[in-house]
Amino acid sequence: MGWFKRLKDGIQTATRNKKEAPEGLWYKCEKCKQTSTRKELKENFHKCPKCNYHVRIGSAEYFEIIFDGQYEVLFDDLIAMDALDFSDLKPYSQRLIEAKTKTDLNDAMAVGVGKVHRKPLVIAAMDFQFIGGSMGTVVGEKISRAIDHCLQHRIPLLIISRSGGARMMESAYSLMQMAKTSAKLSLMAKAGIPYISLMTDPTTGGVTASFAMLGDLNIAEPEALIGFAGPRVIKETIKRDLPDGFQTSEFLLEHGFLDFIVDRKDLKERLGDLLGFFHLS
Amino acid sequence: MVFLDFEKPLETLYEQLKKIEQVGSEGDIDVTEMLKELEGRIKNKRKEIYSNLTGWQKVQLSRHPERPYTLFYIKEMCKKFIELHGDRYFQDDKAIVGGIGNIDGQTVVIIGHQKGVNTKMRQYRNFGMANPEGYRKALRLMKLAERFNFPIITLIDTPGAFPGLEAEERGQAEAIARNLFEMAQLRVPIVCAVIGEGASGGAIGIGLGDRVFMLENTWYSVISPESCSSILWRSWDNKEQAAEALKLTADHMLSFGLIDDIIKEPLGGAHTAPEEMAKTLKKHLKKAIAELQEMDPDQRIMARIDKYANMGVYDTIPKDTEPEGRKK
Ligand SMILES: [Zn+2]
Repeated sequence: MGWFKRLKDGIQTATRNKKEAPEGLWYKCEKCKQTSTRKELKENFHKCPKCNYHVRIGSAEYFEIIFDGQYEVLFDDLIAMDALDFSDLKPYSQRLIEAKTKTDLNDAMAVGVGKVHRKPLVIAAMDFQFIGGSMGTVVGEKISRAIDHCLQHRIPLLIISRSGGARMMESAYSLMQMAKTSAKLSLMAKAGIPYISLMTDPTTGGVTASFAMLGDLNIAEPEALIGFAGPRVIKETIKRDLPDGFQTSEFLLEHGFLDFIVDRKDLKERLGDLLGFFHLS
Repeated sequence: MVFLDFEKPLETLYEQLKKIEQVGSEGDIDVTEMLKELEGRIKNKRKEIYSNLTGWQKVQLSRHPERPYTLFYIKEMCKKFIELHGDRYFQDDKAIVGGIGNIDGQTVVIIGHQKGVNTKMRQYRNFGMANPEGYRKALRLMKLAERFNFPIITLIDTPGAFPGLEAEERGQAEAIARNLFEMAQLRVPIVCAVIGEGASGGAIGIGLGDRVFMLENTWYSVISPESCSSILWRSWDNKEQAAEALKLTADHMLSFGLIDDIIKEPLGGAHTAPEEMAKTLKKHLKKAIAELQEMDPDQRIMARIDKYANMGVYDTIPKDTEPEGRKK
């Protein structure tokens, strides 16, 4: 049961004080295979300095990039429960412990409240490292509570999605988080508080088919995979190859599902500009 | 008659029954007693088989080729029904049907997934797997219902939303998400029933309601047992295990607080007495609609959203957790 203590550590490391990934001095790009230093990578908003590939970063990095310095982490005491006593090749309870140990995170989403260009913003950001960024009850509940916080204080909401979809090990509980998050978002719309959805690589399955597609503004990072069904499943269904660029951010923009694509270095600036248009009392 | 693998003992008895009937019809022997005895045995055997179905067996029943589908229930329940077509943007989806009907004097809008009744029709209905235009047609009809204050009934029976190339181009995810968002705020009562398969986003895309029922031998899950098996077990062979692990039956769903009630099926499944099944379904739908119509629309919407907001289980880290060694 040593993981209770670890969780407490996790609260801090996952947020304010998270150190740079300790994988050494060098970064080898997944896309262009060229090397840069970790320092160069970080200074370049965690994008490859050679080819602009947007590295898959987590909630803590986004908080650091977007917020004006100080921010507060909310609802970080929520943790997943293995209510179904689910076991495949490995028990879910085991997977949870391993994910916590590996990532120092409590689940696949963190919520922070802070300011962007001196305007308040709540950010709910997903962590793909934690069981593929899958949506179980904790992800749904954190979004639900983040929305309550936004409604209560009249603060806009940004959700950053990076997810393989639903968390199978929570079965229908996971499925119902789609209904839960979408229903709660309808209250934001009613209250006239803006919700911005930022989709990053990858955003698929039940996450795309609920909160990710429901932004007043839907935006995405470049070249992210965004879709409902995964490419492999589609290929097996239609029994032919998929066209180049299928299900990328650029594809979605072309087909009318995104407002714009934003490079990570411009993200804070664009969010600040957008928030400047809305006057919430 | 089609017998599922676990119904084999019944098939044998039915074969005997047929033979005896044959002999009886030839007129030489009085078979009345024998028939009576055999019918008794069939009844008992059926009870025995059906009193203890596994998750996978219920999945099989939910896919029984003779199982009644949406249009059958509509025909049985409605004195008058007119099917309405098209999403007004792209085309008419054949995997989701909908229209306006009359149930004992109450005008309703009914929407449901529709599977085909034979090989040709199964193709035509795309096996009950809708494209974005299906979800958009459903939403159009729900908005129509809201405008004229008609309660909405949705019947769920799908192996999933269609995972096709064009479905992605036209925004499958957006269509499902939009329905969830809009259904949360509809000002008329929404009553949903899973009548067969309730697979994932494709099911819940028309499944957010004030009351959600499941017929006894149906399932509801975030993923089909087959796909779950292929992803988590990395093999298609563990579907029975996956069906158990997913706890996808109506009993489980009710105990988790994720549905509101179970509607009993005739012994042997809905397909053994479809008219009777339709009567039972109609009774439940009517009762739910009558109860919901008593509520003020704003109250009803808040209760609906609260119901979903409370779904799920999680734990919290105690704020004052003591370090391990010191815990009693
Ligand atoms: Zn690169």
